Amino acid sequence: MKMKLRAAAVVSASALLLAGCSTGGDGGTGGDGGGLVGTGSGESCVIESPVKVGAALSLTGGAGSYGVSQQQGLELALAELNEAKGIEYKLSVEDDASEPRQGISVMEGFVGDGTSIVLGPTLSNTAVAAMPIATEASMPVMGISTTAGGITDIGDYVFRDSLTEAQVIPQTIDAVIDEYSLKKVVVMYSNDDAFTESGYEVMAEALEDTDVEVLDTLTFSKADTDFRSLLTAAKDKNPDAIVVSALIEAAIPLVTQARELGIDQPIVGGNGFNNPKLMADAGAAAEGVVVGAAWNSASDNAENQAFLTAYEEKFGAQPDQFAAQAYSALYLIDDAIRSTCSAERSDLRDSLAQLKDVATPLGAVTINKNRDAEHPAVVQIVKDGKFAVLR
Amino acid sequence: MQQLLNGLFIGSIYALFAIGFTLVFGILDRLNLAHPAVFAASAFVGIGLAEAFELSIWVILVLVFLFGAVLGLVIERVAFRPLKNRPDAHFAGLIASIAMAGMIVAVLQAFFGPQTRRFPEGTAPEGKVELFGASATYVQLAIVVICIGLVIALNVLVKRSSLGRSMRAVAENPTAARVLGINVDRVTAMTFSISSALGAVAGVLFALNVNSAQLGMGTAIELKGLAVIIVGGMGSLPGALVGGLVLGVAEVFAIQYIGSSWRDFIAFALLFVILLLMPQGIFGKRKVREV
Repeated sequence: MKMKLRAAAVVSASALLLAGCSTGGDGGTGGDGGGLVGTGSGESCVIESPVKVGAALSLTGGAGSYGVSQQQGLELALAELNEAKGIEYKLSVEDDASEPRQGISVMEGFVGDGTSIVLGPTLSNTAVAAMPIATEASMPVMGISTTAGGITDIGDYVFRDSLTEAQVIPQTIDAVIDEYSLKKVVVMYSNDDAFTESGYEVMAEALEDTDVEVLDTLTFSKADTDFRSLLTAAKDKNPDAIVVSALIEAAIPLVTQARELGIDQPIVGGNGFNNPKLMADAGAAAEGVVVGAAWNSASDNAENQAFLTAYEEKFGAQPDQFAAQAYSALYLIDDAIRSTCSAERSDLRDSLAQLKDVATPLGAVTINKNRDAEHPAVVQIVKDGKFAVLR
Repeated sequence: MQQLLNGLFIGSIYALFAIGFTLVFGILDRLNLAHPAVFAASAFVGIGLAEAFELSIWVILVLVFLFGAVLGLVIERVAFRPLKNRPDAHFAGLIASIAMAGMIVAVLQAFFGPQTRRFPEGTAPEGKVELFGASATYVQLAIVVICIGLVIALNVLVKRSSLGRSMRAVAENPTAARVLGINVDRVTAMTFSISSALGAVAGVLFALNVNSAQLGMGTAIELKGLAVIIVGGMGSLPGALVGGLVLGVAEVFAIQYIGSSWRDFIAFALLFVILLLMPQGIFGKRKVREV
């Protein structure tokens, strides 16, 4: 709520500021203009001028490790796309320092230099502050790791290819119900944390849409570490599974104690569980925990396998979800530009909004009417100490 | 039955935490709010030792007991002794101990980072026993035994040993104790030391029991510890044990029969009821405070 208010405040403040200096034009490309509309279409599309793509990433600061992953994902995609004929992409990566203020300056820089589209910022918090700058200048932006609610409400030029919890959790729950023929579950969540509470709301809503009976809903505090009495109460109801929205700090003792009390049913977690620490710290107790994710390295689609190999070859390490989403974003952009053979900002906005079933390492991506990406979530299960694909 | 056991186990942890708390309070009339930080620090130090040297849990408990004892001496020397002659020594000590707690946690964060930690697998004997159709882990049983054992040992110490006699004399009247030739500073330091050593043991057992140690683990249990010493009767050791068990069982039954959201409400409402019915707590003695 606070976040939304703030977003609204930022949007309206920038609207007021910019209303005075609006040019009344069609929100052109700024800078060098022309040249960005090419000839031909699809694979034969040729654009004369290089297409500038900006990226505002958290290369330093609190989210530094994510930003670096994203940068590597982008560099890989850039190298691959530039091998194809017709369009030359110029990527410029700027550091938003995990800070809203720096995010704004970076975005202002891109607005002024004729960049066609900007990827990022890395953090939702920074994105909420910086994206309105792009919207006001009619420059498309695409979030590649921002999952907070309300991001694409900032404006018509805001896209995102990172799945939100509201998209992942219902898919996870459907998959689990299917897989284990669930009839009745117990739901547990920490009710003193905004993230876990909103995760719980999505879970409750998703369960309501099914025939599964919720036997009980148990709450705890995010600082709790002893869950034995809650889990005993849950066990007494004899559920087919336990659905939990909790941060990783609570998830680990919760899972350990559940197994210790003889609860062998599947435990379904929200995004808070999507952390390798779960297996490292809960050990054998983590086996059978089910978590939804936007991407899993084990996904066997062809694009993903190619991505894994290429990434490993270039950087000598395994990619993570951040790299995968950044990599996929550049492919989505390429697909959109080629569909109309124009990298003009307003044309690109329109063509991005039309994207349908683009094959990426994330799966087949479609942009929905809220300009959020839709693609199948990967439902993971902990097996032999690793996340494996449930289906 | 399982729930009753759950309550007893949580209650023993509360009690173990509160015993150290109540010792300083009962004898010295000081509230040491660095106690929760000692609780967390010892858990992290215990984990550090277990990871570095692969020690058995018994060795770790002894080392952590010593670590806590030393930390207690430091807290007394830094946060309490310099302020002892001030007219507002109670309050000044309280605030100084909060500052001390903040510093301890900051040092912990610098050394161990903000992440949740746990004891490496195999530190404590794993496994569980079936009791009346409910299950209890070895760690939980050990907690109850250690908890009761420490209460008895402390009672003997306070009632029978010469240090205990000095402690009681100081508790009765520090000025008179000094006149009688008791080294009040030494008794004070020893009391803090024993108190923190107990808090340290409690921290390690707690971390083992829930498979998780966090920087804030002491803060999470602090209020419960205070409730326990008030319910049990301020300064009473058996009171801390009974108070801990009462609070633990009350929480569990609140979850089972009323609703999980009402757990803390019920637990703390119980505190009010006991204070209304028994203003001195279950085991408390009426104490006339001289001005």
